[in-house]
Amino acid sequence: MSRTPVLRAARLGPRDVLHVGSAGLRSRPVRVVLSALGIAIGIATMIAVVGISASSQAQLLRQLDALGTNMLVAKAGEGMFSGQEVKLPKDAVGMVGRIDGVEEAAGTGDLDRTVRRSEKIPEGETGGIAVKAATERLLDVLRGRPAAGTWLNAANGRYPAVVLGHVAAERLGIDRPGRQVWIDDRYFTVVGILDPLPLAPEIERSALVGWDAAQRLLGFDGHPTAVYERSTDATVRQVQNLLAPTIDPRNPQNVAVGDPSSALKAKAATEGAFSTLLLGLGGIALLVGGVGVANTMIISVLERRHEIGLRRSLGATRGQIRIQFVTESLMLSGLGGLAGVALGSAAVAAYAATGGLPWVVPPWSAAGGFAATLAIGTVAGLYPAVRASRLSPTLALAAG
Amino acid sequence: MTAVVELTGVVKEYPGGVRALDGVDLTIGEGELLGIVGPSGSGKSTLLHVVGTLDRPTGGSVRIAGHDVAALTDRRLSALRARHIGFVFQAFHLVPGVAAVDNVAEGLLYSGLPRARRRGMAADALARVGLADRLRHRPHELSGGQRQRVAIARAVVGEPALLLADEPTGALDSASGEAVMDLLHTLNAEGATIAVITHDTEIAGRLPRQVRIRDGRVVADTARGKVAA
Repeated sequence: MSRTPVLRAARLGPRDVLHVGSAGLRSRPVRVVLSALGIAIGIATMIAVVGISASSQAQLLRQLDALGTNMLVAKAGEGMFSGQEVKLPKDAVGMVGRIDGVEEAAGTGDLDRTVRRSEKIPEGETGGIAVKAATERLLDVLRGRPAAGTWLNAANGRYPAVVLGHVAAERLGIDRPGRQVWIDDRYFTVVGILDPLPLAPEIERSALVGWDAAQRLLGFDGHPTAVYERSTDATVRQVQNLLAPTIDPRNPQNVAVGDPSSALKAKAATEGAFSTLLLGLGGIALLVGGVGVANTMIISVLERRHEIGLRRSLGATRGQIRIQFVTESLMLSGLGGLAGVALGSAAVAAYAATGGLPWVVPPWSAAGGFAATLAIGTVAGLYPAVRASRLSPTLALAAG
Repeated sequence: MTAVVELTGVVKEYPGGVRALDGVDLTIGEGELLGIVGPSGSGKSTLLHVVGTLDRPTGGSVRIAGHDVAALTDRRLSALRARHIGFVFQAFHLVPGVAAVDNVAEGLLYSGLPRARRRGMAADALARVGLADRLRHRPHELSGGQRQRVAIARAVVGEPALLLADEPTGALDSASGEAVMDLLHTLNAEGATIAVITHDTEIAGRLPRQVRIRDGRVVADTARGKVAA
């Protein structure tokens, strides 16, 4: 007979731990699915919230990329003393165009006129639409294009022709070129409707008339109110500093220089900030899922008293019984976590596909969600596991 | 003869004052095959638990395979069970849906042997109990007698110093029960020390030594006086 002077409990290898931990799951697949479902819903909600925000943000950034960040706008500011609107010099567009690095420049001039669907509509109902004179290059500088019809050109720019921004067209109820709108005291023919212009929302809300036509027909004085320019990417900051002194060397403070892409960037940042409320809902679902796992584990321990007793009789230590049930709980919630990540990613994919957005699930959200399930699995499994390990083997083996 | 089990004045009292064991002296030598017999309530199950180190006595001393149980922590006691004691239960306690060979290999799970070795030994143990052709069968595909033989294979796969069989034929028809008892005789002939706990005097009567228990005391031991402990 072999008499070992000291008895030492053998350690279970990782594979054996997985083996005993998954035994209970394999024998009860339906229960596994149901209790993992709670976790899965929680994780899926969180992944979906984060993923949809990230996708929207990616879409904005992609848009920003397409529009470029090299466009600047110089506008007439308020006069420092008079409070009256200061006008930019007549040749401001030309001066800006000659700045080193500037590739294109265009201008708009505000007209104190209203545009209406017909002369019968009262003058006060402007619908918030501004009437502006526009130079021909404006659309190129904004990288916009007409959704229908044409842009202002040398030919139609002389006649009572008007191009509508897409918001203006919508408000006027005009869906295609060829219709007429009432400006000042005559009808203008709509020759084009523009696509959305994310960099210049003020143009979206405008009715644009050719520079010459505005001067001849609407009493435009030829002073631009805004100059749009695009430079090379490398010279943007330099140009930004030169814009005001170039336009108004004596009173550069009267010229306000703006960077519309920075507003879009800020918008992208807010889109990326997901709704805390929805995330909280996901967290609650996850918590409920964790309670479900704990419940399942307690039932599992009760049902498997015989197995626990058997394992103790085969030489399992209390620690090994604990490890077994914590592993089982971890696997249960881990499965739920994996399913949740998959489900959430699929939800984001579906949302992105319907909205034409890029599909983005930040890796940290998937990793974080999964880590959360593992933490929940440990917590949910600990109490049942301790109970299992404290079961008296004799009671556990008792028949019945 | 070396003693595998040495019980001296063992008392087991449950809270509430029930004395399940009341001063039991019992020595089991290596290579013995004995029956522990008694009616239900006699304390024989408690005796099984104490001998199997699943329960600690409230008094007296228990030495199993030379180890004083009272001096061992739960971890060391578990190791003692893993190395030196094999259990066979009336209700088999096989893992459902798992092949016979894997059920038997489970008996070595806590022994520290590598996985492949465990499976090889499990196949050998199944061959010893006459189930070499049933390795891949799952419990529900086996008869009751075959299931109990799988359970016996699981108990002996680690070559324990002591095999404790608790009513091993209790859930079997007489033919299967007969086969199981024959198997225990064969294993004993091959050198295993086996204690069979039963209420069936007929089964016990065919074992070389009988220990009768009543009210927590040994009332008769056919070996008493013959074995010098």
